[in-house]
Formats: sequence, structure tokens, C-alpha cells
Amino acid sequence: MNYRAVRAIYLFEMARTWRTLLQSIVSPVVSTSLYFVVFGAAIGSRISQVEGVSYGTFIVPGLIMLSVLTQSIANASFGIYFPKFTGTIYEILSAPISSFEIVLGYVGAAATKSIILGLIILATAGLFVPLHIHHPIWMLTFLMLTAVTFSLFGFVIGIWADGFEKLQMIPMLVVTPLTFLGGSFYSIDMLPPTWRTVALLNPVVYLISGFRWSFYEIADVSVAVSIGMTLAFLVICLIVIWWIFRTGYRLKN
Amino acid sequence: MSSIISVANLSKTYGSGFKALKNVSLDIKRGEIFALLGPNGAGKTTLISIICGIANPSEGKVLVGGENIQASYRKARSLIGLVPQELHTDAFESVWATVSFSRGLFGKPKNPAHIEKVLKDLSLWDKKDNKIITLSGGMKRRVMIAKALSHEPQILFLDEPTAGVDVELRKGMWEVVRTLQQSGVTIILTTHYIEEAEEMADRIGVINKGEIVLVEDKATLMEKLGKKRLTLHLQGKITTLPDSLSHYELDLCDGGATLVYDYDTKGDRTGITSLLSDLRSAGIRFNDLDTTQSSLEDIFVDLVRTS
Repeated sequence: MNYRAVRAIYLFEMARTWRTLLQSIVSPVVSTSLYFVVFGAAIGSRISQVEGVSYGTFIVPGLIMLSVLTQSIANASFGIYFPKFTGTIYEILSAPISSFEIVLGYVGAAATKSIILGLIILATAGLFVPLHIHHPIWMLTFLMLTAVTFSLFGFVIGIWADGFEKLQMIPMLVVTPLTFLGGSFYSIDMLPPTWRTVALLNPVVYLISGFRWSFYEIADVSVAVSIGMTLAFLVICLIVIWWIFRTGYRLKN
Repeated sequence: MSSIISVANLSKTYGSGFKALKNVSLDIKRGEIFALLGPNGAGKTTLISIICGIANPSEGKVLVGGENIQASYRKARSLIGLVPQELHTDAFESVWATVSFSRGLFGKPKNPAHIEKVLKDLSLWDKKDNKIITLSGGMKRRVMIAKALSHEPQILFLDEPTAGVDVELRKGMWEVVRTLQQSGVTIILTTHYIEEAEEMADRIGVINKGEIVLVEDKATLMEKLGKKRLTLHLQGKITTLPDSLSHYELDLCDGGATLVYDYDTKGDRTGITSLLSDLRSAGIRFNDLDTTQSSLEDIFVDLVRTS
């Protein structure tokens, strides 16, 4: 194991976060605060409670997941796409480092950033609404699992993308809609039966449901199913990445 | 001298069907400067890319320091430093950060003293805190060399190292390369500047259309393939050559003011003595004469044309 190489990639990626602090941390926090103002205060004032929890408090896990999902994908996809774009990927490919170590460096850094961001948003939410986390260990487990899984997904997108448009395409056109429709701002029990069934096809529902359960012990689907679905997506991403490195897809000629 | 790189029957066919390398076999000796010459698209960069792990071979085997580049890629790659043809840099990083990153990537422990030495050797020390985006093209090229040297490689690949670099800087780089060779580093360089190969290389390989056309010691190559030219400046202009001189295949140039005779240095007899004697018999006198040796460029052009 080339630990120094993993550390070098990890610290290099983290350094980019500190260098672009405004974009990496401050911007998502401001956006989340705006969600609280719009959804929590404006709409929340018309919805008293959801499953025994005030609306403002109810949306906190969904808001954190929204940022963690999008930022995990954005961080990891940009992290690997940028060296491809600038050509500096030659150095990664010619270094004595395995594909696992490359993924560990990039995905580790992307997931770390997302987790930090998720915790900052959690702290920000605490300024707006009272919070009590019933299962903090499970909350952190869901947070880490989601950050890692979607960072892996972002890594795949970063490899696949051959232009900035493609880099944005899946996060903008697929992930963001799925997140908004995945119960970030409502319980899927509030939907008509047909749409509730359709919503269950959305993988993000399981992530948000499990994460919300760790906060308030309320869930749209069982916790075991939430964990199972997240792990299944993680395994799929790992298989795709294994195939990418095995074949050299869009990395090596 | 033992081989530090051994390429055997290497072929590379791209997805489009284009064969970039065709059954290439090549040995690079430890400690030498090897110049790989070839026209654009000859396969130079593909060959380097495969040895360094950037491209996958279709067939064949490559050993670096006795290690297979695929089975023992960690050991093989840790011996190699690569300076690619294009200026690929992390524009927003400082020189120090990017060079230190390269050392870490190759699994080496931090060694600020070594990084400092590399940067000083390449005249980059006073730029160590500058962002790369602020540097000139020549400086960026040196940063890339510094990155390649950061992990103390035994082999250095320089793919067109002085492309777009001014003459003064180019000569400075040659000095750096020579110093590296003296410290035991094996250097493989590709270049379009024949003058560069002629100046620096111990051995020369010529690649064309994916095939190695020739590998030879530079001096031997120059001697073996080099032709010399004798130019005679005549006392008076002549319009035709007498039949007695026809077998020398002389060229009458400058409107009849000079005679040019090409001869082969390999031969036991150059024919110069008899030519001069026959000229005197024919009554053709000259004021001056000079000889010139064909350059590596002439040899290269000949080889590529005939291969």
C-alpha cells in the first residue's frame, strides 16, 4: 500500500477546498440557510407538523442530504475530471500507485469535504430550529455512507465526462431532481398512493428516510431497507470503478 | 553496460485500428543518454507512454530495472521520472507544492532538502512560492522537470524537453541533463531538434511508422552513414566537365565556379587523391578547397525517407 501517495492526493484535494473556501463551504451554507428561510419559515408556517415533528425541524435531514449528495458528486467528479482536463492525470497514471489507492485519495477527500459540509449545515440548522438527534452514531453512519457512495458515483461521472457539460449533466438533470423528489421537504406518506409507489423507485428516498430516522425515529421505509439500498448503490459504484481501471476506460488509451 | 529498460516485441493498436507500434524491440543501457528520433506520429510518445504506464500495450513485454511494467508496476514505475511533451501543470498550485506533491505520489518521504536542491539546480528556487500560472513557458517546462526529479528517479524520460524553449534556456537544460547523467540517471529523450541529439546523445534510435529503423552509437552512426563533401573553388569558371572525370559524379555548381564531390568515409579509398590528380591532368585548377561532414539531420532525413 502506497500510503504516502494516498495522503498526497488526499491533502492535494483538501488544499483545493481551503483555497476555494467561499465556493466549497460558504456557498452551500448560504444556500441551505435560504432553504430554511423559504421552506422553513414561509411554507413551514402553513404546515404545523409532519409526523409529530415541526416542519422546520422535519426538513433538516433532507436539507443535509441534499447538500451532501450534490457536493459529494461535485467534489469527486471535479477532483478527477480536472487532472484529465489539464492533462496532469499523466502523473497519477505513471506513479507507482494502484487504482484502489487513487480512488481512496480522491473519494476520501471528496467524502471528507461533504461530511464537513453536512456537519456545518447541521450546526447552521441548529440556529434556526431546535434539534435533537435520537441516534447520533447512526446519523454519522448514514452521513458517511452516503458521502462515500455518492463520491464514488461522482468519481465515475468525472471519468466518464469528456467535457464540462457532461460533468454537470447528471448532477443537474438526474441527481438534483431525484433529491428534491426524494422526500427532502416532505414525507412520501403525504403523496397520493400511486405517486408514493413511484417515489419508492427513487433511490434517494431510502437515503433520506434512513437519515431522518436517525434524527427523529420516523421513516418512510424501514431502516434496514435504507441501509441495504445505500450499500447496494455503493457496491454498484465500486464495480463500475473496478471495470474502469481494469479496462482503462477514458483514462488510458 | 547492462540494460535498464528492455522492450521486447511491443505492439500497440488503438481502438480505431491504427497501429502506433509494430513489434518494437529496444534496449536502453544503464547510465546512457538515448535519443529517440522520428517524425510526427512515428510512435515516440506512444512508446514512452507504454513504458511509463500511461497507455496499455497490445502485445509485447517491457522490463524496467528488470521489473515487468505490468506485473511489478510499483517497482518499475518508481524508477521512472517523466517529463511529457505538453505543459501539463496545476496552474493554481505553487511550485513548491506541486513538486512536493509529485514526491509524495511516488511514495517517497518528505525531503525538503532534496526539493530545494532540485529547484536550485533548475533555477526555480526564487519562484518556489509562485503560482505556476504566473510562470513563463520555459519555467513551466523546468517545473515539470523538477516534478519528475522530485522522487529521485533512476530513469528520466524527456519527451521533447526543449520544444518552444529559447536557445539560451535550451543550452541550460542540456547542462542540467548532462549533470543528471553524471549522477547516474539514464536519460531517454525524444526530440525534433537533431542538433540536440547530436549534442547530447550517446546512442540514437530512429523510429518511423511505428517501427525502429535503427539503433546505433551516435559516433558510429555518424561514421557509418555519414558522407563527406569536398568542395573545390576553381580558378576559372568551366561550362562542362571532361569525360575523364565522369566516373567521379561531380557536380558543377555556382555557374561553373565550384566542383562538389561527395565521398564515403567508410571506404578504404575515398578517391580524393586520384580526383586531384585527374583534375590536374585535365588542366582544371583551383584556389581553395574545403570538406564538410553530413549532419545527423541529413542522416535522419535519409533514413526516414528510405524506411
